[in-house]
Amino acid sequence: MSSQAWINLAYLTASMLFIVAFKQMSGPRTAVRGNLLGATGMAIAILAACFEQPVTTSIAEYGIWPLFMLIVFAAIGGGIGATMAIRWPMTGMPQMVALLNGFGGAASMLVAAAELTSTRAVSRFEESARQASAAASLEPWTQFAIAIGLACFIGSVTLTGSLVAFGKLQELPQFKKPWDNPNRQWINLALAVTALFLLWGVFGTSQLLFFLLLVLVAAALGVTLTLPIGGADMPVVICLLNSYSGLAAAAAGFVIDNSVLVIAGSLVGASGLILTAIMCKAMNRSLLGVLFGGLGTTSTVDADEVYAGKIKSAETEELAMILEQADRVVIVPGYGLAVAQAQHAVRELADVLEARGTSVEYAIHPVAGRMPGHMNVLLAEADIPYEQLREMDDINPSFPETDVAIVIGANDVVNPAARNDPDSPIAGMPILDVDKAQTVIVIKRSLSPGFAGIPNPLFAADNTLMYFADGKKALIELTAAVTRD
Amino acid sequence: MNITLLANLLPLFAATPTPAEDPASTFIRLLTVFLLAMWVGFEVITKVPQRLHTPLTSGSNAISGVTVVGALVVAGSLTTGFGTLFGLLAILLAMINVAGGFVVTHRMLEMFNPKKK
Repeated sequence: MSSQAWINLAYLTASMLFIVAFKQMSGPRTAVRGNLLGATGMAIAILAACFEQPVTTSIAEYGIWPLFMLIVFAAIGGGIGATMAIRWPMTGMPQMVALLNGFGGAASMLVAAAELTSTRAVSRFEESARQASAAASLEPWTQFAIAIGLACFIGSVTLTGSLVAFGKLQELPQFKKPWDNPNRQWINLALAVTALFLLWGVFGTSQLLFFLLLVLVAAALGVTLTLPIGGADMPVVICLLNSYSGLAAAAAGFVIDNSVLVIAGSLVGASGLILTAIMCKAMNRSLLGVLFGGLGTTSTVDADEVYAGKIKSAETEELAMILEQADRVVIVPGYGLAVAQAQHAVRELADVLEARGTSVEYAIHPVAGRMPGHMNVLLAEADIPYEQLREMDDINPSFPETDVAIVIGANDVVNPAARNDPDSPIAGMPILDVDKAQTVIVIKRSLSPGFAGIPNPLFAADNTLMYFADGKKALIELTAAVTRD
Repeated sequence: MNITLLANLLPLFAATPTPAEDPASTFIRLLTVFLLAMWVGFEVITKVPQRLHTPLTSGSNAISGVTVVGALVVAGSLTTGFGTLFGLLAILLAMINVAGGFVVTHRMLEMFNPKKK
């Protein structure tokens, strides 16, 4: 076998390992192995790349120095990445993923740019031009230019889009106010049309200028597309950018004709698209609605009408007594819980209840948190067992047999209007059916509405008791009260 | 029948075309790989439970850093100053993505599997 064949075999092995890695993500135990297999695949692919003919030619010409240089840069990058990964807090996971997406997109863009400036590209263009005079088209160049143009475009949008998403998630002061320029759709359209023209332009030229302009326009588009998106829609943006970073890698694979880039890139692209669809469905939003519009319909329900005279609030001792008599308790955490850093307080309450023989489970809505599955990670960090974390479809049928449901920091995702009121802006949104539990305890500071901006009939229901307090403080007091008895 | 299908697909994985391959064929070969891998991705990833979607995102994030392979090849070819510079920058960024992604995913998955006390 030629050395190129061995390299291709290594790439094939890496690709297969990536697929197995995704496959093993189906359970928490196998997932650890899957992640290690993915890393192994990556190591194999990286090692194989060092034996590619362009690299070995350089080594033959200049000695070991080129390889040394590659290793140094890879080691610095790896060191930075690993340090970030070890130190980053779990509440900030969406920010980290956003930042890494951006770096991945930028890297793919740079690969395309590097290939464009190489002598290989120049000779390819000249050869195309020579053939064109004989035949009728610039065909060989066109194939190449489409790929370079796409890699530059997607990579650049991913980079700036991710940086804006990072800024918003990190709540940097510059991103506090959402950008609500009334003409923003026109600005986006103008940028997109310009990008299309530039893409078309690069097919007929080897001028670096066109690519540079394309990268700049794409960078602007990444900013203008991400800037207006509201905080509640961030999970969708994270998924979408994740998908883009994969597609950018796949496009880079087209540029340098490398199958492992294409395979890994499209796997990630598919993963991001699936998660985007799941998030949109869980929020009852269309993808176009998230990207281009506000919530659409506004609330017609008056909060006073829903709440007037029907709100029952309870004191700590009363709630503690109810909890002590319960056989089965389901805790419904929302992102408010994570903001209050109350995960450990939740677990302490659960520990006390379990010690008394009560069964405790957690009902996790798909959008609880700021990225898909985020709440599960935050609860796992507080040593809550994986088996107690239950998905929405899985736990919903068991709410009628639940004695007490405790809602902390969640609002729209437990709003029965989504099920009962066809005129509600959230009508049809999948919710956790906590209202079917015997007793519902809602821990909340006030009756303020959630992201959807609508009142929640759950708070006024006969079986609901409101506990107006800060989430963490409320949990600590409840735990103390249950322990006392 | 499936075996013949597989045998027909195998050449798709060859990274470098035979000298005779024209650019349009290269493009279509890569497009085939792209669409097949996309399909495999959809099949495999729909089976991941929602509880593990954050590690899935960060893990797939790490895998998208595979562009480091391209970065190594373009940087290592040392053809032009710009090309090498872009390539080296790409290596740096892609490796942050790779190492950061895999390590943070491992850290999260360990939390889902607490050590027996």
